[in-house]
Amino acid sequence: MADKPRVAIFDFTGCEGCELNQLNFEDQLLDILAHVDIVEWREAMDGQVDEYDIAFVEGSLSTPDCINRINEIRRKTKVLVALGACAVQGGVNGMKNTRPIDEVRQEVYGDDKYLFPTLPALALSSVVKVDYNVRGCPMTQIEFLKVFTSLVMGKEPIEPDHSVCVDCKLKENECVYEKGMICLGPVTRAGCDAHCPSFGQYCTGCRGLVSHPNLKGMEEILVEHGLSVDEAWKRLELYNANELEGVRP
Amino acid sequence: MSTATGTNLNIKVKHLTRVEGHGNIVVNMKEGVLEKAQLEIVEAPRYFEAMLKGRSFHEAAIITSRICGICSLGHQITSLKATEQALGLEISEQTVQLRKLLIHGATMQSNLLHAYFLAAPDFLKVGSVFPLVETHPEVVVRALRMKRLANDIGDVVSGRAVHPITPVPGGFTRIPTAGELKELKRRLAEDMYPDLLATVETLKSLAGAIPQFERETEYISLRSDDDYAMYDGDICSTDTGRVPDSEYLKMSNEFVVPHSTSKHAKVNRSSFMVGALARWNNNHDRLGELAHTAADALGLKPGCCNPYMNTIAQVVEAAHCAIDSIAIIDKLLADGLKDEQPNQEPTKFGTGIGSTEVPRGILYHEYSYDRQGRVTAANCIIPTGQNLANIDDDMKKLVPEIIDKSKEEITLHLEMLVRAYDPCISCSVHMLDVDFIE
Repeated sequence: MADKPRVAIFDFTGCEGCELNQLNFEDQLLDILAHVDIVEWREAMDGQVDEYDIAFVEGSLSTPDCINRINEIRRKTKVLVALGACAVQGGVNGMKNTRPIDEVRQEVYGDDKYLFPTLPALALSSVVKVDYNVRGCPMTQIEFLKVFTSLVMGKEPIEPDHSVCVDCKLKENECVYEKGMICLGPVTRAGCDAHCPSFGQYCTGCRGLVSHPNLKGMEEILVEHGLSVDEAWKRLELYNANELEGVRP
Repeated sequence: MSTATGTNLNIKVKHLTRVEGHGNIVVNMKEGVLEKAQLEIVEAPRYFEAMLKGRSFHEAAIITSRICGICSLGHQITSLKATEQALGLEISEQTVQLRKLLIHGATMQSNLLHAYFLAAPDFLKVGSVFPLVETHPEVVVRALRMKRLANDIGDVVSGRAVHPITPVPGGFTRIPTAGELKELKRRLAEDMYPDLLATVETLKSLAGAIPQFERETEYISLRSDDDYAMYDGDICSTDTGRVPDSEYLKMSNEFVVPHSTSKHAKVNRSSFMVGALARWNNNHDRLGELAHTAADALGLKPGCCNPYMNTIAQVVEAAHCAIDSIAIIDKLLADGLKDEQPNQEPTKFGTGIGSTEVPRGILYHEYSYDRQGRVTAANCIIPTGQNLANIDDDMKKLVPEIIDKSKEEITLHLEMLVRAYDPCISCSVHMLDVDFIE
């Protein structure tokens, strides 16, 4: 890749927390800016351009206009990186896919629902080729820096495929289950340094599932720790409704 | 595209930049008659109220914090308050103080991000903060240092400034250590305080770039007898005074309009304003010395009805938040930090309302729970949604007043107007575009 890659940043349906997290690299932001040219970023600057080397894209696809825009971005960019749970796997937006879409629209906009077209919330990869992922909700900052540095140095970023439990043990955290809580760490993809368990909270599965999750085993553990089968799957679906479509009994 | 000669004007700004979310400005004047001046909200709808249905009370705040990355702490705290009221969960004084500290951190970070990164480029006539790295390095470094400290309050107390981890129904999953709080206090006093004074000086030199425009407006915010209301209080209107937050529906009145995926709102007039300027107008008497010194230096007066001054009110608030954060930390340390577990045993299953001042204005969440502690109904009323009708009304008064200017200047004034509200469109849709139509 050229010395100073041209970087563009885009957002689709989501909370823009991942983009905000980029502005939150206060200590590294000036160094990052020294290594790339940011050529398009609606949230932080004016203007649009015709091509770029790396596109970082946040949010899931949920309207006809989103589909057109992501295709245009794919045409203009050499590398496409999905930023955060909404872009990587659909994220919390996927929860609306578990219910009939008309019912959902009726509930929020009432009889005015026909004013606003909507589709099931999709991961970017279900419409275009995604080259790399930065997972998490919000995107994991340490992972963003790893992927960013690799791309700037012309190296291949490595995506972890072990569970959060491994990271948690490495940090010598007390197991969340030992505290009488439930946790989705066993089936959730690591790379976050077990951040939530380290702050006393259970893993909510924001980084998506490992590639071969033992979901039956996960269900059993959750039920053993007091959840109903329905509640267990609801918890798993919080960020991963798209990945679990057709899997849930 | 510049053919604004006073009688025919058509402006369409698609996907306005330097705001959170997607909106268009559309203005259409034909033969001197203003046919349209509005902010179209085109953010994709999110359907959060529908997503919440059937979810556990443990998850409600985790889900609603995802309405918006910038306002995630505000949504989380408001959600927790609503859930705690619905389930009869008592919380400790320590929990209240830690939440107030978190709100100060989030308000400082959001207000400073808006003033330095989103609004200031307009004052200096550049397209973004990035050129300022070359031309005004000391200002950018200062802005980053202030933002870092504001975010560190979130990182230390809540595990993460964006989508906080530790605040849960009934309390916190982790209590910060005395050492962590002392270090925050040291940096607030040694770094933030001089940086705030320097910020006021920088803004004073740019104050000439703030447009002079006034429109008498109803201002709504929380008001409390105890402090500059952020965490708690009654709903207060400059038109009709105070009512308890149980009357929030009457004080927000949401309705659907075709040009916006975010609902609009009105109370006593066709529109009202919430946010830093509304809080200033209602509660300036509750601010301390540093905030008043900043307001005096920047020409912000009580009863101000220039919406462009919202950015100035945000900076005044940042000063208040810094000083009050130090006071809160002192109180927490004097009382002694207790390693409390969150109180998560419901004493009832009913309906609860939470109202909090978040950076963009007053935020309401209301939930009902069934006997299994699952959400049966949810309603979130978002500050930006409440401001949208007011932005449209401002544009309708503003455009005829500046119609003799060039189309580029009119467009810039309109963009600056919308940015002054610091709209958070992801939130409001749970959206923003500027269009001029000729």
